[in-house]
Amino acid sequence: MATREVEVLHPLTLDERVGLNPEPPLAVRTEAVRRRFGDRVVLDRIDLDIRKGEFVALLGRSGSGKSTFLRALAGLDEGVEGRITVPTARSVVFQDPRLLPWASVLDNVVLGLKGGDARDHGRQVLDEVGLGGHGDAWPKTLSGGEAQRASLARALVREPELLLLDEPFGALDALTRIRMHALLQRLCARYTPAVLLVTHDVDEALLLADRVLVLTEGVISLDVPVDVPAPRLRGDRQFISLRSRLLAELGVDEAAEGAHGKALP
Amino acid sequence: MTAVANQPPPVRGPVELVELRTSEDGGAQRKRRRLRVPRAVERLVGVVLLLAVWQLAASVGWIDEKTLAGPADVASTFWTMVTDGTLPDAIWVSLKRVVVGMAIGVPIGLVLALFSGLSRVGEDLTDSTMHMLRFVPLIALQPLIILWLGIGESAKISLIVLGAIFPIYVNTSNAIRSIDPRNLELARTLGLSRWATIRRIVLPAALPAFLVGLRMATGVAWLMLVFAEQINARSGIGYLMIKAQTFFQTDVIVVCLLVYAVLGVVSDFGVRSLEGRLLRWQPGR
Repeated sequence: MATREVEVLHPLTLDERVGLNPEPPLAVRTEAVRRRFGDRVVLDRIDLDIRKGEFVALLGRSGSGKSTFLRALAGLDEGVEGRITVPTARSVVFQDPRLLPWASVLDNVVLGLKGGDARDHGRQVLDEVGLGGHGDAWPKTLSGGEAQRASLARALVREPELLLLDEPFGALDALTRIRMHALLQRLCARYTPAVLLVTHDVDEALLLADRVLVLTEGVISLDVPVDVPAPRLRGDRQFISLRSRLLAELGVDEAAEGAHGKALP
Repeated sequence: MTAVANQPPPVRGPVELVELRTSEDGGAQRKRRRLRVPRAVERLVGVVLLLAVWQLAASVGWIDEKTLAGPADVASTFWTMVTDGTLPDAIWVSLKRVVVGMAIGVPIGLVLALFSGLSRVGEDLTDSTMHMLRFVPLIALQPLIILWLGIGESAKISLIVLGAIFPIYVNTSNAIRSIDPRNLELARTLGLSRWATIRRIVLPAALPAFLVGLRMATGVAWLMLVFAEQINARSGIGYLMIKAQTFFQTDVIVVCLLVYAVLGVVSDFGVRSLEGRLLRWQPGR
């Protein structure tokens, strides 16, 4: 606990955290995870460890099974084979905010929470995501970015040990996404959950994650630490070379597709 | 890639241009051009014209009083019926039948819908049966009902009860079954219990459809009332009409028809304002 307080005051990179505490506790362990839909094998043999406080991004082409893996970790898929160990306290943020339109924003955030101070806690987290004045609003009156922040607040108010993010910024415009990235970084530094971010956006993965995985044909084909120093900038040499490597792994030929040097949102 | 493929195609003209119509005052002039007659007045004009033609036809003698009484006669008959108490009494009796029938039928429809919508066994037991019964014309049940319950109040009310059950059942059970699976998935990730999921997600999601069912049930209830009251009734609006028929009192019949119409409109308005209150969260309300 004491070390975590230090981390809150001075957000550290993973390496430094490992230096302080050689073995942060495991938050996720999957062994030989396999998922078949009929004859089609979507996940083949996935062995993965994620430690507490670690931010892992999972990249993959569409249909690669990355969302299937996230759903397995969320406990939403009972047809999955293998062994999965996850914390009891886990939250999911989906691509769509999934706010219940008939409940106020605050009621959505504290949905299912027990205890008299749940609403106070909910207001406080809404404040943290910048929605302090919107607790009594109807969800349909929120903009896309605000709704997704409310959905993030709903995930964080449960103080998850594992935060599962399924392309949470995919439906947002480029400018809103930049602000959401910064917000997510701040919140992760404060709550230090283990994070699995599923995305198809290589830049997003490189900006946010400590470690990036690429899922290809049902297996993790690449697992690299992101050793780009903070603040991470898209123009950084290390950033660019890592991006090229990831894009190549994803089967994108930058020269042919004109992706090189183009600032993705 | 060859060099030719990288060459952008040459740009050729000409382009046909058109200038779009714009405004100098932000569109204010278009509004001013129209003559200002309030919509409410416009709507009234049609009704007033109809009444005028009707009155004219009655006064000149084109329509016999035994065929259809004129508006002035209808109005004075209405006033007599109000002051001597026959109309208020009849309205009270009829209204009571509808309210009691709805108060029994709506909960039955709702319970059946929940039973059928929330469990597979319930669906198998209830749904096909209900959809089969739905196509039995309720009015054709009248002989059976009279055999079972006689010709008293319970026979009339049970017809209204049956009329209310089906619209409530069909709308609500359908809404429960077609609930957004993403919201149920959300409930699982939030660790909601089955009861909490029903209370916080399933029931609110089905509420709009239930209210549509309630509006339809109200309409059917009035229909059933009219029918039940014209057979073997000793009181109520329908009874007044049947009695008037015997004495060729077309003015009384028209008054009763108008009362039915007004009661129907008022109860529909009541359900709609209930909708407005319960569905505040819907955009555009």
